[in-house]
Amino acid sequence: MKRIISFPHLGNYYIPVKYLLEKLTDFEVRQSPPITKKTLELGEKYSPNDVCIPFKYNLGNFIESLDKGASILVQAGGGCRYRYYAEVQEKILRDLGYEFSFIKLISKDKMRVKETYNIFKKLNSKLSLYKFINTFIITLFFIYYMDKIDVIIRKRIGFEVDKNSFINLREKMYKDFYNCNNLTTLTICYFKYRKKFKKLKIDKPKNCLKVGIIGELYTSMEPFSSYFLESELAKMNIELKRYTDLSYLLWKKKLTTKHMLRKTKHYCKYTLGADGLDNVYRTIKLAKKYDGIIHTKPFGCTPEVGAIPIIKKVAKDKNIPIIFFSYDSETSNEGIITRLEAFYDLIKYRKEKK
Amino acid sequence: MKKAYLGIDIGSISTKGVIIDSDNNILLSKYIWTEGNPIKAVKEIIEYFKNNISDDIKIVSVGTTGSARRLIGSILNASIIKNEITAHAIGTLSIYPDIKTIIEIGGQDSKIILIDNGIVTDYAMNSLCAAGTGAFLSSQAKRLGIDVNNFGSIALTSNNPTPIAARCTVFAESDLVHKAQMGYNKNDIIAGLCKSVALNYLNNVAKGKKIAEPIIFQGGVSKNIGVVKSFEDILNTKIITDKNGHLMGALGVAILSKDKPEIEFDFNINNYKYSTNSKFCGKCPNNCEVIFINKDDEIIDHWGNRCPRGEKITNKN
Repeated sequence: MKRIISFPHLGNYYIPVKYLLEKLTDFEVRQSPPITKKTLELGEKYSPNDVCIPFKYNLGNFIESLDKGASILVQAGGGCRYRYYAEVQEKILRDLGYEFSFIKLISKDKMRVKETYNIFKKLNSKLSLYKFINTFIITLFFIYYMDKIDVIIRKRIGFEVDKNSFINLREKMYKDFYNCNNLTTLTICYFKYRKKFKKLKIDKPKNCLKVGIIGELYTSMEPFSSYFLESELAKMNIELKRYTDLSYLLWKKKLTTKHMLRKTKHYCKYTLGADGLDNVYRTIKLAKKYDGIIHTKPFGCTPEVGAIPIIKKVAKDKNIPIIFFSYDSETSNEGIITRLEAFYDLIKYRKEKK
Repeated sequence: MKKAYLGIDIGSISTKGVIIDSDNNILLSKYIWTEGNPIKAVKEIIEYFKNNISDDIKIVSVGTTGSARRLIGSILNASIIKNEITAHAIGTLSIYPDIKTIIEIGGQDSKIILIDNGIVTDYAMNSLCAAGTGAFLSSQAKRLGIDVNNFGSIALTSNNPTPIAARCTVFAESDLVHKAQMGYNKNDIIAGLCKSVALNYLNNVAKGKKIAEPIIFQGGVSKNIGVVKSFEDILNTKIITDKNGHLMGALGVAILSKDKPEIEFDFNINNYKYSTNSKFCGKCPNNCEVIFINKDDEIIDHWGNRCPRGEKITNKN
């Protein structure tokens, strides 16, 4: 029987990760069962109480995977408290009596090709360096194209004419992407779908409301953890922009940090850890063309707590409405909906007045 | 036949209802405790209106706001269901068109609304914690063995308010117990509590917001003259309180409902039995709790379902 390798969720990125693992290893690859309330309950039960909420989701994912028969778990790391996730989670799971092997993809905060190759080589002794690099590059493009399409979707989904047309087409696209075996077919596939997405019927007024979403990475990328913030906003017919996605975190961030420091020099002298500086920079950018900003973070997210006073000052200077959401494991989203509705009214009246 | 508009604000602690005419004058109003049963409270209000309304008035639209707005909105077949922040701003502006800052402290939440030239420019609501709200004051009044209605007048008799931690309700409470056991005067402690509510509000909800004059103070806690005085002392300015301050939400949503198409309003909601029941979907581990609103035996609304899987159970019923 094949061993089962499994990993936690982050939005739809389980698809490229699965793609990568399936090509590089001989194991059966099975992502964690979809995040549900039960996942969070499990994660909460065995996590330290004060840890940030992504830890609880990840741990819940791992427990559900292990219960489904997984015996190899994969975790990344780096940045903020996320750096310690892997070690602490491994310890908690072992204390619970599970038996498994644990792979940490990123150690010492940086991903190095050679180290990563060695990790995979241990899993699959037949793996050649050429195949590893080739698959890795295809996966990166997979992620890049996914994110590109998501940018188009976020601009348009709030105005779709046929209900769920965007989501359904995206599901189809993921399937086709998954079946591509080399970069050329993947790229052709991407352009084909880009055309299709742009052709989907929308009913978009010229001066629609535009909102930018900034904040911590997990709560902005995993819809479950933000109570489906983006789809709630889409229901209100709002065009969305979000900077944080996986391609941003994997390479764009590194390339733009110096630029961001220059642009934010009135407010920040140094980087703020994790995405703190990035969010200050984004606030400055968004203030130019957007009607409002939504900032999301897990309760107690230290880099963002440090960035918030600066962001507030920027928003005040640039006169743009901003609203902050702090997520933890509350089960009711009524309070969040009330604040969102009020925010919508606020930006709408402001726009009408202009 | 004169046209009139009904607005209802169902908060966690109290339920407010108003009927206004087309010039936004309040014709009738009613203020009662919700007592954890919004349906009963609304029935009581509608009954009161039914008995007191003059015959030449016809209700042509209904608006609901407050934390139970959706539930009551579907029972009354409301023309508009609006969040309380917008409703409060609209209601207040109809009476005080120049107002710049609205301070609102209710039973469970507190908010600040900043207005410039008649539009809301910024707002903030307390984060998910009831620190420094009406619920805190009434529980502390009970602990000190006094009626919450006398709280303000007792506070005003003190010349030397006892400092009480304002950061968090739990700290404030243990501080209060400690000070009481140390033998501080009761009226000083009460004045200190009023001050801590004002400080807590300014430090948490209104943090970083520019509080411009004129300022109006609303919500149940604004009836407490001790808190009003604390705000005036700290901000060093005059604060407006309105005798109808508690009705602003209801008034605002009644005004908002005026733009909506006219409906036939039925005063006889007491003849029907309204009930809610919940069902767990059970189609996936998410196990969404779907809530149904029934009028006699017929389902008039439901919510809580998030995906197509759950539509099966909502359709079946």
